[in-house]
Parts: sequence; C-alpha cells; structure tokens
Amino acid sequence: MSSSRAAESLLALNQQEELEDLPREYPLSTSEDEGDSDGERKHQKLLEAISSLDGKNRRKLAERSEASLKVSEFSVSSEGSGEKLVLSDLLEPVKTSSSLAAVKKQLNRVKSKKTVELPLHREEIERARTPLEQEIFNLLHKNKQPVTDPLLTPMEKASLKAMSLEEVKMRRAELQRARALQSYYEARARREKKIKSKKYHKLLKKGKAKQALKEFEKLRKVNPAAALEELEKLEKARMMERMSLKHQNSGKWAKSKAVMAKYDLEARQAMQEQLARNKELMQKIQVASESAEEEGGAEEEGEPFVPDVVNEVQVKADRPNPWMFRNHSGDTKEAEVQGDPEELAEPAAQEAPESEEEGPVVAEEILLKEFEERRSLRQKSGLNQIAKPVGSQEAKDLSSQEVLSELRALSQKLNRESHQSRKQELSSTRTVLAVQREEPAGEEEEPLLLQRPERARTLDELEELGKEGCFQNKELPRVAVEGQQLERNPSNHLGVPKEKKRKEQMIDLQNLLTTKSPSMKSLAVPTTVEELEDEERDQRQMIKEAFAGDDVIRDFLKEKREAVEASKPKDVDLTLPGWGEWGGVGLKPSAKKRRRFLVKAPEGPPRKDKNLPNVILNEKRNIHAVAHQVRMLPYPFTHHQQFERTIQTPIGSTWNTQRSFQKLTMPKVVTKPGHIIKPIKAEDVGYRSSSRSDLSVVQRNPKRLSIRHKKQLKKISVD
Amino acid sequence: METVPKLGNNVPPKKDKLQGKKKKPRRYWEEETTQTAAGASPGPPRKRKRNRELRPQKPKNTHSTKKSRISKKPQVPKKPRERRSPGPQRSLSGAQDPFTGPAPVPVEVVQKFCRIDKSKKLPRSETKIRSRLEAAEAQEEEISVKAARSELLLAEEPGFLEGEDGEDTAKIRQADIVEAVDVASAAKHFDLNLRQFGPYRLNYSRTGRHLAFGGRRGHVAALDWVTKKLMCEINVMEAVRDIRFLHSEALLAVAQNRWLHIYDNQGIELHCIRRCDRITQLEFLPFHFLLATASETGFLTYLDVSVGKIVAALNARAGRLNIMTQNPYNAVIHLGHSNGTVSLWSPAMKEPLAKILCHRGGVRAVAVDSTGTHMATSGLDHQLKIFDLRGTFQPLSARTLPQGAGHLAFSQRGLLAAGTGDVVNIWAGQGKASPPSLEQPYLTHRLLGHVHGLQFCPFEDVLGVGHSGGITSMLVPGAAEPNFDGLESNPYRSRKQRQEWEVKALLEKVPAELICLDPRALAEVDVISLEQEEKERLERLGYNPDTKPPFQPKPKQKGRSSTASLVKRKRKVMDEEHRDKVRQSLEQQPQKQEKAKPMGARPSALDRFVR
Repeated sequence: MSSSRAAESLLALNQQEELEDLPREYPLSTSEDEGDSDGERKHQKLLEAISSLDGKNRRKLAERSEASLKVSEFSVSSEGSGEKLVLSDLLEPVKTSSSLAAVKKQLNRVKSKKTVELPLHREEIERARTPLEQEIFNLLHKNKQPVTDPLLTPMEKASLKAMSLEEVKMRRAELQRARALQSYYEARARREKKIKSKKYHKLLKKGKAKQALKEFEKLRKVNPAAALEELEKLEKARMMERMSLKHQNSGKWAKSKAVMAKYDLEARQAMQEQLARNKELMQKIQVASESAEEEGGAEEEGEPFVPDVVNEVQVKADRPNPWMFRNHSGDTKEAEVQGDPEELAEPAAQEAPESEEEGPVVAEEILLKEFEERRSLRQKSGLNQIAKPVGSQEAKDLSSQEVLSELRALSQKLNRESHQSRKQELSSTRTVLAVQREEPAGEEEEPLLLQRPERARTLDELEELGKEGCFQNKELPRVAVEGQQLERNPSNHLGVPKEKKRKEQMIDLQNLLTTKSPSMKSLAVPTTVEELEDEERDQRQMIKEAFAGDDVIRDFLKEKREAVEASKPKDVDLTLPGWGEWGGVGLKPSAKKRRRFLVKAPEGPPRKDKNLPNVILNEKRNIHAVAHQVRMLPYPFTHHQQFERTIQTPIGSTWNTQRSFQKLTMPKVVTKPGHIIKPIKAEDVGYRSSSRSDLSVVQRNPKRLSIRHKKQLKKISVD
Repeated sequence: METVPKLGNNVPPKKDKLQGKKKKPRRYWEEETTQTAAGASPGPPRKRKRNRELRPQKPKNTHSTKKSRISKKPQVPKKPRERRSPGPQRSLSGAQDPFTGPAPVPVEVVQKFCRIDKSKKLPRSETKIRSRLEAAEAQEEEISVKAARSELLLAEEPGFLEGEDGEDTAKIRQADIVEAVDVASAAKHFDLNLRQFGPYRLNYSRTGRHLAFGGRRGHVAALDWVTKKLMCEINVMEAVRDIRFLHSEALLAVAQNRWLHIYDNQGIELHCIRRCDRITQLEFLPFHFLLATASETGFLTYLDVSVGKIVAALNARAGRLNIMTQNPYNAVIHLGHSNGTVSLWSPAMKEPLAKILCHRGGVRAVAVDSTGTHMATSGLDHQLKIFDLRGTFQPLSARTLPQGAGHLAFSQRGLLAAGTGDVVNIWAGQGKASPPSLEQPYLTHRLLGHVHGLQFCPFEDVLGVGHSGGITSMLVPGAAEPNFDGLESNPYRSRKQRQEWEVKALLEKVPAELICLDPRALAEVDVISLEQEEKERLERLGYNPDTKPPFQPKPKQKGRSSTASLVKRKRKVMDEEHRDKVRQSLEQQPQKQEKAKPMGARPSALDRFVR
C-alpha cells in the first residue's frame, strides 16, 4: 500500500514537472503507458535511481537477476515480499550483536539525511491527490491561474494596466516636455560653461553657496533629520577629499601650472585657489559653536573641560550620532583655533546663534545637577577626592561661583576631618619625629609638605590617584609622594613581595646610615654652637635633616637599581613585526613568536657591590688602562695567575735599593763596547763529534801551543 | 706601595774603602781593564744631627720639668738571628767575631717589602713553570731583605705626645708644647694675622718647605715658611677660591672668581686658563702631573700641566662641586655631593668608578689618608665617619660632632684633623696604617676665626690652618713622616737639584689613563683579551693545539702487535687517566664538605622535606 502510494506521488510529481517545464534531466522521464508487470520493476529502478543520487549508497545496490526471498548480509532487498522496509524495524537488532552496530549507524545517517525531500516539499503541499483534484489542477494551469494567491490573473493584470487614449496622449506630451526642458538645460549649461569670465563664475559660486545655506537653514527648521543628512554629506565630502589627491596641486594640470606659476600671476592664483578649495573641503564642520562659552573655556588655564551639554542638547532631538560627540579636549582646541570670526562664514558655523538661545539655560541646569550628584557621591564614599574645578568655565556666572565656593569649603572640611581622625589613629605609633613634623606645622605648613589637600593612605589609593591623571600631583615628584605615604603608615601591609624585598634592603641601608653614633665631647666647643643653642631651632634643623635623609636613601637606591639594570646584559629580540602574520596597524607579534625569537643574554658574574647596599661600583672596563696590560702569556706559563706572580715584584729604582735594582735590571749577556767577540769554536765548548776530529784537535793543538809559546818567548826576549 | 728608603743627594756618599772584600764576577774583558772604582753604595748619613734638630718632638728635647712627656722608642721586636754559622770563625788576630754572618733582619720589616700575593692559590703547574715561580719568589725574598736592611738608614723616629698617667693630651695647649720643644721647633708655631682679606685657603708644597695661601678677597702669597722668607705677595683683585702648588714650588695655581690662573714664585701670571672657569677646588696629582679642578658648573676637569692640555672634562651630574680631595695612593679624585654621596673619579672613565652613600645629609668634607685605606667624611647630619676604602667601602667608625666638621685633613702618619667652626680637633690612631680612633681627641685648638682651610705639612709636625683671621701654624707631634726621600721630595734641595728632579719626574710621568681604583692592576694580565684571543686562535686553527692527542699504541714486532694487545694497551692508558681525574676530584671534595658543614647546624630527619 505504501509502495503504491509512493508510486502515485511520483507520478504526480512527473506530471507536475512536465507542467512546469523543468529541464529533463531526470532519468525517470520515460513513458508512463506501460504494463503493470513492468510497473513493479520500473518502480524498483526508480528507487534505485533516486537512491543512487546520493553518492554513498551506490555500492550497496547490487544488481539482482533472479528473484529470491533470501536477504543477504550485504544488501537488503524487499523485492519478493512486496512490502516496504521500515527503518525502525531495521534499527531494532534481531539479536544483540555488535556487528550490526555499523549498519545501524549507517541507517541512522540515512535517516537523518533527507536527500530529495527539500526540492519536493513545496510540490507535495499542492499536489493533487484525487482525479478530480487533478482535473481541476490541470484546468487551472491551463488558464495560468495562480495557485497560491488567486487575487488577479495575469490576464486581468494586463487588462488593468491598459490606459485610455487621452491618458496616453497626455503622458506622451509630458514626456516630450520634459525632454525638451532637459535639452534646454543642457544647452544652457553648455553655454554657461563656455563663459570665460572669472568674475561671473565667482559670483555664480557665491550665489550658489548662499542659496545652499538658505536652503539648509530652511531645512533645519522644517526637517532637522534631513539637515543632518546634509551635514553628513558634507562630512562625506570631507572624507573623500582627505582620501583623494584631487586638490593638492599634484595632478597633471597643477604640475603644468606650477611650471608657469613663477611668471604667470594667474597660474599662481589658480593653484592657490585649488589649495584653498582643498582646505575648505577639509575643514571640519562645526555643529554648534557657542562663542560666548567657548571664549570662556579658552580663557581657562588649560582646563580640559568644556560642557558637552550643548552638543547633547542639539543632538537630543535626532538619533544619537556618535560622530557628533567629540571629546572635550578636541573641542577646546578647535575653539582656540577658531578664534577669528572669518571662519564663522563656514556653512555649519552659521547655525550657532540659534542654538545659543536655548543652550546656556539647559547647560546650567545640567551643571548644577552634576554638582549635586558629585557632592552626594563624595559624601557617601568618604574618599575625599580633589574637587575638580569644573565650574570655572562659567566664572562670570554667579550661581556657578556659589557652587564652586561651596564645593571648596566642603572639601576643606572633609580634609580637616580626615586629617584629625588620622592623627588620632596614628598618634600612638608615630615616632616623635613625625609628630614634630606635623604639630608645629598646622595648616600653614601643610600645603608645603603635601602640595594637595588630602593624602593617599594606602598604596592602592595612591595608584588610583596616579591613574586619575592627578592635576596637582605633577609638582610633587613621585618618589616624594611614596615617601610620605611610607612614612605615614609604618605598619602598612605591603602585599607585594617585591616591595617588601626592596624595603628590607632599604632598612638595611637606613640602619647603616642612621646608627646612632656616640656624640663627641670636645673640650673646646665651637663658639657658634652656643649661639644656636635654643632648642626650637635645633629641632627644626633635625626635622629638616630627617627630611633630606629620606630622599637621599631613596634616590640612591633608585640610582643603584638603574645602574644594575644598565649593566645587565640585554636580551636580543629578533622578532620582526608582521613576519609570518597578518599585517596592519597596531598588531603585535604573538607571545609565542616573541618567546621564540628572544635570545636570552647569559647571566653575567655577580656584581661586586651586590652585598654593599651603600655602594655603586662601576663595572665597566677601563679600556685605556687595559691597553697597557699584558694580553699574551709567555711560553712556559699556562695560566695567567702563574705569570702574574712572576711580574709582581717591581724592578724600578723607586722600590728597590740601588744594588738590587742593578741586579734586577742586569742584562743576561754583558758586553763591552768595542771589544771583538770571536765566534765560538767546538773546542771551547768541549764538543767532540767523532774520533777523527779528535785526532785533528790533537794534531792541531801542539802547533798552536808552540806558536803561543814562541810569542811568549819573543816577549820575554824583548823585555 | 712601600718605597725603599733613600737619602738625599745632599748627603755625599761615603767612600767605600773596603774593596775587593766581595769578589766581583769575572768578566771577559777584565784581564785588560784596570780596576774600576766600586759602585757607590749609600752610606750612613753624615748630617743626621741636623735632621734631628728639625724635629720638634725629639725625645731628648721634649723633656720638660713642668710636665713629664716621656716618649718611648717603639721597640722593634728583633727576631733572633736568622742565620749563624755553626762554628766560631777565627780572624788573623785570633779574636773571635761575636756576630758572625750577616746581620739579622726583622721579619715584619721584610714582610713589608714583599709584594707577591701568595693568598691566591695557583693551579697545578709543570716543573718548568714551578722553577720559574720559585726563582721569582727567591728573587723577591732577596730584594726585600735588602730593602729591609736599608731601613737602618731611616734614623728618625716620629714624635708623639703622651700625657702623665691619666692626663688627657687634648688638654695640652699649643703654648705648652711650644714651651717644651726646642727653639727651632718652637719657631714653627706661628700665627699670621691677616684679618683684612677674609678667610684663607692654604697649601704646602710637596717638600713641605713652602706655603702658599690665598684670601677670599684676592690676597695671594707664597713663602718659605721655615725661614719665613716671602717669595711673592700679590692681590689678584678677584675672589680667590683655592690655591695649590703645582709639581714644584715655582708654580702656583690659583682658582679665581672666573678663571684659573697660574703664577710663578715671583707672582708673575704665566697662564690664564679660560677653559677652566668658576673653579671651586683644586687638587694636584704629582705623579701624573695633573691638575684636577672642580667647578661650579659641575665639571671635573683634568689639566695636564706638563703639556698644558686638558686630559678630560667629566660632568659629575651632581650640581655644584665644592668638595674634592685626592687619594694619594691611587690618584683617584673623591668628590662630595649634596645628596650624601661621595663619588670616585678617574680621567679614563666618564662615569664615577664608585659611588658611596655616606651621609643622610649633604657631604661637607672628605679626606683620604696617605695609604689610601681610610676615608674620612663629614656631613650635614653632624657626623664624622671613617670608611674603609679597600673594596668594601663600609664605615669603620662614626661620631657625632657638636656641629659637624667643615674641613678634614689626614696627616702623613694618619692623624685626622677636623675643623668645626673655630675649633680644630685632631685624632690619632695606634700606628701608621690604623684608622684614627675617634674616642678621644689627640689635640684641640681654638683659633681666632672660622676654619676655611686645613693641611698637614709634609715632613714636619705642623698643621696649617687657614681661617678668617689669617693663618695658624700648629705643632702636632707625630703628624708627619720623619724620614724623607731625598731623591723624591727633599726639603733642603738646591735649585739645581730641583731642576734635576723635575726632569726625572717628567720622564717618569705616569699616563693619566692608568688611574684606577687598584694601582697594581697593571701587574695583572688582561684576562678578557687573553681569552678572546685564545678563542679566536682556536677558531682559526679549527682545533686546540694544546690538547694532548689521544694515545696511539706503537706497533710492536714479533707478533705482539695483535689487535687485542693494542686495545689492551689503549685501555690501560685510558684507565690511568681516569684514575688521575678521580684522584683530583677526591682532593677537591673535602674542601667542599668543609664549606657545606657550617651551613646547617645539625642535620634533622625532617630536612629531607625541606625544599
């Protein structure tokens, strides 16, 4: 039953395909009028063909020549039984054998894949099931009746589209007119373009600009959204200009003009004009420039705060355009740049006076609100932040001044309170020195010491303040701040071990420097000491010295650290940014790559001043002195220490007695100038090479002896 | 480094009558030469007496009826005779020589002249090298014994001051000392009352004979201070910051308000060195002929006075420099800074050789003793500290003075003088090389004005103090070296001698680049270049020619050169080498164990869990 239904549906499908004039690629587009006996086989073939569409199952379909009920292990056939296989039947194992698992999986996959279902889906909905239905269906298709939404037939549509004669005539006349007008305009434009008068063009341009402005203003009043779009257009033009080289005197024309410019005034002017155009296009458009307020802002001493409320007000009406919000610093800068009224001629700047009317009022309100919020925040947190001099841009405004003074008073009060409380907290632990530092100082000395109304209590707080871009901290060196902080809380919990380590070393150094040395008792006290005897001054001086001392140690440690860092052999980083990675701005080579291409320098020998906290020793080589040292070991020595031992005794006369000096510097061979040194003979050394030479010596010797003897005899005789 | 004592040229050498006592080595030409005069050997000084008179602290002279200041001659413990011939030798007369053999030499003195550093252990060396080393050591021994023997010529002994039992020497006033010493010595104590031209800086020449001083308000004078003969006196009409003799007393450098000027002993301006401007302090390095100047602009400039060139101009990067001193041992310049550090400089290096944090406040004065072992500093924290300069740079002792010392000076024998306000305190140590003990001042003296300059006179027991009221010359017994080297710095030299000395000194000028912390570094091998060259050589050759080639057994005859026997022989040699290695490592191990032992007091069973 189910199989016949499937066949039917397929047939229907065939018909439909024919109707819709699909390309005949399907193998099943054969003749339908054949016997029922053939039908079964065909159906099978069809199934095969369909399933063979899916490439994976092709192998499974083995050709069967004879009919059999036996189901083989590899291919499932439902030929003889004539009943359809149900997937669920197959899924349930006959026996619980693991060999079926693979088949099960495959089947599952087949089940999950609806291969041919999707393109057929729509047709299935509107398929005709009964013959009546089929008939109706055919009829409808013949008349090109829409099946899904039967509102109007194409025929009806065509009839509706048809016009009356008068209408057509009117329409044609209209079109003719438009065409004529267009040609007129074109002719006019061509004519105008041919006009060579510069003045005319200038006037024309100006007129156009004015017109555009007027229109723009009108548009602003009527339809602010459209105006904004206009603005965006301008912005876009600016962007385009920034991107292109159009007006930058770099084109062919400009270059030719540049050659002439030296002699031709007009060429020069033309070039300048082009540049001016470029500038004009590149000018940033001012949305709202509240001249009065910005003047006030500009007068402030570099205070990077201009109320953004004005901008906000303007934008509020429209959708929030992120490009319209500009950072405050940029605003002020622009305001400064835009001091001269000439630039107000710019189209966008013209709208300023209108927004001015509503601007200040709203701004004030918002400002006040902000103040209120901030005040409440401060009171809640107790973290007495520095009062930002916010309101100062409206210094003239009375109300804001009041607010400002109030704020200041509040902050001072808070500071005082915190100051006192801290005093009470620390009074027990603080050393005498600190008390002395604080008590006589009172309020007048405080700014001198700290430069800012409140003090950071913990490291975190300090860091926070640093992050805030501290306004007043700049005057104080960072080290000094740390110093205050460290001294203020001697029992501070320094969580970071590095910090701890450093502190230990510092304490060591401090011990070294601050060990109380017994004071000297001199018989004769210097006279000036007696003058300085009064205790107050002495104490003051002691305080001063203590202050100086702290900085000295810290500075020295810092210097030493720097020296150690500088003398350390540096790692060589061979990473090439962008090598083997995606390029672009602001990309960093990956950590892995950096690690791979970092050549670590070998750790040098330990520094000589490693254990000397109060010393920085220079580890650099004195190359000038090295040039005088021995750099080659003479022959028998194998180690430099051996050789060094033999040259350690000085031989100069400064360090030796005359005798030993002479002995030390005596040459190995002493000769007397002018005396002839005869060459050595074998006999002098006592060398006997062979018996023959021996013989000769024996033979010669008596001769020589006799000669000498003769001489002596002569001498004697002469005497 | 210890130099050998010598006598001056003014002492004519005694004619050696005993000739041929020691047989000279025979030379090949000697048969035709006549006998030459034997080498002039230095004899004992003839004019010893005069020298003795110069010392104010002679034990015989310092005796006074009022107070007994007994000076004892420091007994040098004599070592028992080193060598003695076993049997008594009889002379011609038949009398027996009671002191046979060469005279004994005290070991301590010999040790002083020994320079070979035997503390370093040498690697194992071959016989050839060992024989060389032994020869070098024998030579050193011989030389040092000879030098020790010549110590005999150092006849003078340093003076000293000693109180009666329990008496504080600091209570002895100058007047008492002057009263006690002889007339010539008493003449060395004087005061120059020069109130008009402000506080004075002063400088003694290297021989200690001449004194130059310059007042803040332009007064410059130089005189032979022993005879009080004025050499020159001028007013430079400009503020004088510092004054210094160059290598001899004939040249005088004066740091004036703007530039550095050099005058001769007539007061004639020879040079105006404009490259050295706004100088605050001067220092002269005699063996290098360098004039070191510290300026207000923060530059330390070295001027070679022998050729007139600026050797180095170093930026100290520490603001105004107004504290400077030299280390006489290694010619390193010490600069004191306002941040409590003292930096050590050499012209060869752009950066300081060392930086020492000495005080919590700024440094006010620095002084280095003549042996270069101790440095005294005083700072704004009213402390006076003595540092060890031999590598560690750690403070040895510290004292708080009532008002901090503004000026410091070391004497030749290691006495330390400190000027605080208008008082000068002097501390003495135990011996020459020992640091001055700051327990008790040795002497104290109050001056007429505030101290502005301090210097001990070389070879005289005198401390010169320049102050706002003029110049004071104090007697400080035991301050100076009693024996001078007549060839090096002779106070009694004539003009001719001075000229000769000048030529010799110029010939022996030490190059400026040799200045470094350890002056004996020149006697060391440049190990880094040595290794570098060795490495390059290896690379060039491709193999190490010094290594022994692997043992290759010789082929033997008569069937004994079978492969098995070759291998066996090879194996034997290899094993022998291996045993050697093991033996060496075993020798080294006990040292390691000794090192390891003191680490843990007592091993515990739980130690194995300690990471």
